[in-house]
Amino acid sequence: MLAYILRRIFQSAIVLLVVGLVAFSLFRFVGDPIDNMLGQERTQADVERLRETLGLNEPFVVQYAKFLGQAVQGNFGMSYRQGRPVAEILMERAPATLELAAVSGVLALSFGIGLGVFTAIRRDGFAANAIMTLSLIGVSLPTFLIGILLIYLFSVELGWLPSFGRGEVVDLGGWTTGFLTPSGLQALILPSITLGLYQMTLIMRLVRSEMLEVLRTDYIRFARARGLRDRAVHFRHALKNTMVPVITVTGLQLGSIIAFAIITETVFQWPGVGLLFINAIQFVDIPVMAAYLMLISVMFVGINLIVDLLYVMVDPRLRGDSARGH
Amino acid sequence: MAPVLSLRNLTVEIPTRHGVLRPVDSVSYDIVAGEILGVVGESGAGKSMAGNAVIGLLNRPARITGGEVWLNGARIDNLPPEGLRKLRGKRIGMVFQDPLTSLNPLLTVGDQIAETILEHLPVSRAEARERAIAALEEVGIPAARDRVDSYPHAFSGGMRQRVVIALALCAEPDLVIADEPTTALDVSVQAQIIVLLKRLCRERGTAVMLVTHDMGVIAEAADRVAVMYAGRLAEIGPVADVIQHPRHPYTAGLMGSTPGASQGQARLTQIPGAMPRLDAMPPGCAFHPRCPRRGPGCDIDPPPVRAPDARAACHYPLTVAEDVTA
Amino acid sequence: MADLPRTGTPAPAAPGRLRKAWDSDIVWSFRHAPVAVVSLVVVTLMVLAAVFAPLIAPYDPFDPGTLNLMNGFTPPMEPNAFTGDTFWLGTDDQGRDVFSTILFGLRISLFVGFMAVALAMVLGITLGLLAGYLGGWVDTIIMRVADVQLTFPAILVAMLIFGVAKGITPPELRNEVAIWVLILAIGLSDWVQFARVVRGATLVEKSRDYVAAARLIGRGSGAIMLRHILPNVLSPVLVIATISLALAIIAEATLSFLGIGAPPTQPSLGTLIRIGQGFLFSGEWWILLFPAATLLALALAVNLLGDWLRDALNPRLR
Repeated sequence: MLAYILRRIFQSAIVLLVVGLVAFSLFRFVGDPIDNMLGQERTQADVERLRETLGLNEPFVVQYAKFLGQAVQGNFGMSYRQGRPVAEILMERAPATLELAAVSGVLALSFGIGLGVFTAIRRDGFAANAIMTLSLIGVSLPTFLIGILLIYLFSVELGWLPSFGRGEVVDLGGWTTGFLTPSGLQALILPSITLGLYQMTLIMRLVRSEMLEVLRTDYIRFARARGLRDRAVHFRHALKNTMVPVITVTGLQLGSIIAFAIITETVFQWPGVGLLFINAIQFVDIPVMAAYLMLISVMFVGINLIVDLLYVMVDPRLRGDSARGH
Repeated sequence: MAPVLSLRNLTVEIPTRHGVLRPVDSVSYDIVAGEILGVVGESGAGKSMAGNAVIGLLNRPARITGGEVWLNGARIDNLPPEGLRKLRGKRIGMVFQDPLTSLNPLLTVGDQIAETILEHLPVSRAEARERAIAALEEVGIPAARDRVDSYPHAFSGGMRQRVVIALALCAEPDLVIADEPTTALDVSVQAQIIVLLKRLCRERGTAVMLVTHDMGVIAEAADRVAVMYAGRLAEIGPVADVIQHPRHPYTAGLMGSTPGASQGQARLTQIPGAMPRLDAMPPGCAFHPRCPRRGPGCDIDPPPVRAPDARAACHYPLTVAEDVTA
Repeated sequence: MADLPRTGTPAPAAPGRLRKAWDSDIVWSFRHAPVAVVSLVVVTLMVLAAVFAPLIAPYDPFDPGTLNLMNGFTPPMEPNAFTGDTFWLGTDDQGRDVFSTILFGLRISLFVGFMAVALAMVLGITLGLLAGYLGGWVDTIIMRVADVQLTFPAILVAMLIFGVAKGITPPELRNEVAIWVLILAIGLSDWVQFARVVRGATLVEKSRDYVAAARLIGRGSGAIMLRHILPNVLSPVLVIATISLALAIIAEATLSFLGIGAPPTQPSLGTLIRIGQGFLFSGEWWILLFPAATLLALALAVNLLGDWLRDALNPRLR
């Protein structure tokens, strides 16, 4: 049990090291930093001096280690485009993305699981079939089209909700939140639906197929043969078993919400890290790209670890805490 | 004595793309209180399907299309789903084949027994737990009080089947349907489980439908035996009579091919051919293409299910003079 | 061969085989799945329209000579106020015929989609075979890379590859190679599924007796295995490829919509939607609606086809 968790932590560390290598390689080999910092009028001496101060003459491994050391301390260098420390820009932007992702994640999880269970236990019902058909359209609808559609409906035609920005935000000691003002909450509605809908569809389809699988098992038949009510069979017995495989995939889905936020943030001009990343790609702002990559991988790895722990909590076979007989 | 369970011309049909299949065809038999009726036949003979039909757990699209099922003098095949559910577990207990898959892996065995008791009997939660412990003790689980909170994975296969039997009996049913209860177990454990089932049912006067393909189990446990072939009842009678003096040619063949069932024989014989598939049933008696005794009329009329004074559904049954072990 | 007579007695050999194919399980289930039939028709029509776009399109939207700025913002099916020209689906701000830009956009979208899936397929099958056949550290490295890549959503990987490629190509070449960079980015982000299936099949095949036999008599088993593995993985690969095609088309549209995909000089459907979004508030809905509807129809049809294929080829996976 402990060994399992230690192994997972070790694997996570390797993933982070690999991502760090990619990020470092971006720095080192894509868009020469000397070019970026010195501009057109430069002498060979300038170049040499800068190479020395930046440590570019040292062996690759040493440079990599130094880069990691800096990154751990939150130092990702200066943005080529904005001329400010990358860490500062990221800190400023992170709350917007995290709030959006959190609301979307809650939406996706609650509706995804609810509808998945519903369509599984009413598998031949009209409503369930209608939902399944709609969900295929949902999977085929690119996120940005959903956003545009919602903007058209609720901003352009009905004029109910804002189509861009975060609305009014409150600064809580460096963390800007949109949860505390009416306009901030209004501004959250369309982007979070846009971002959550695709994940919701995926979670729903997954829960449905896992649940159908579980409903076919012997212990469900046995639960029915013992005269348990449908409610107990579906929710006490089936749903819990469905959750074991669902948790893994759902964890990954929630991680990808942060990545998909890039698209939603672009559509709604939401001032988060995703929009920052897109702009960084457009202008080849390597330090921002590298920092974003590192930040997002830490989040993914963290989510994966939490998922593993949840897994152990749900499934007693992995826990090994019951008295083992025979 | 009035029978606990009474089947009257029970017929189950499955509509398919290629026509209607009839896995159970006009089957009639009774089981009285305290009696163990063995139902034997090859796989696909309809023996399990009849058991599922009795408790109303046929998998769609299979359904009862004819005949009646009576439990303690009340007809139950036409009950609404909710009425049938209340019977399951309370009046009819069920034991499935594979104890490894019959128990929900995510709930403790105590919870699974207690929830069944709470569903059917007017007792408190604490009382249900005490009864669960008592039920575990009764089926011979050592240190039941300590193990009531263990998960199924902590028990061996034989112990799990004891738990399954405790579950089937915990609400004091009048009838237990045991569907191949020993097939998935180690040979050394099989006898223990059969002895346990037999003892508990004798003590409580519970009627048992013991479905199996194993003549050894029948010989060990059953009072009477019903032989099924291709969905129809071939022969029914007291165990000793059927084994030693079979009247139906199929039963005779079955005894000839079972090791130990007929001591007088030096070697095992086998029935040529295989049981017909449900979508390719021959006209007349389903056994006639393989039957060594077939005569005029066998391929035209299905023999009457139970001719007066005869146990076998056969036009040309074996006579006393032909008994294998005379 | 192509035009078999509808009446009379057809030639004996070929129709027999056709008849057989017509009655085979897969075709039977296809004929009884109206959704799949409609989807296949939609996809086929779109592919044909894309291939023959230069012949079908009433205007060449990229020839400045034929453009008339006076035709800008002409609504669909209405004559333009100044020139009197009528356009089926209207024109955009620069007077380009929306129908023609959609045909050419479809061409780019489908080209990128098919090429990216082809790349992912070749890469995935090759790496899967290598990993399964060689085993050892080759297997470990390939599958570890796959695991790390799977930790990240494909679209993010594609963005990153696109960003890197953009960083290392000189600015003056960026527009020219953009389409190929896009193919590379999407293709590289999507090989893992293929590799996993092929690796699994290879491992199964490797344990078979004939491989050991080939080894015993000193033959290389690789070539024989290849002949046995590929037929086995054909149906899962086909299913993955179809679903990947839908994903690739959506990924391309998304990247182009974000402004990091197809350049304005070679607009794909995503680029067109990006352009159209600018006119959402000013009332020129047609510039946005028609490319968006085309993209949705294409993605939905391919997805439905993939869904049906998966059910038909493997009933156990729903």
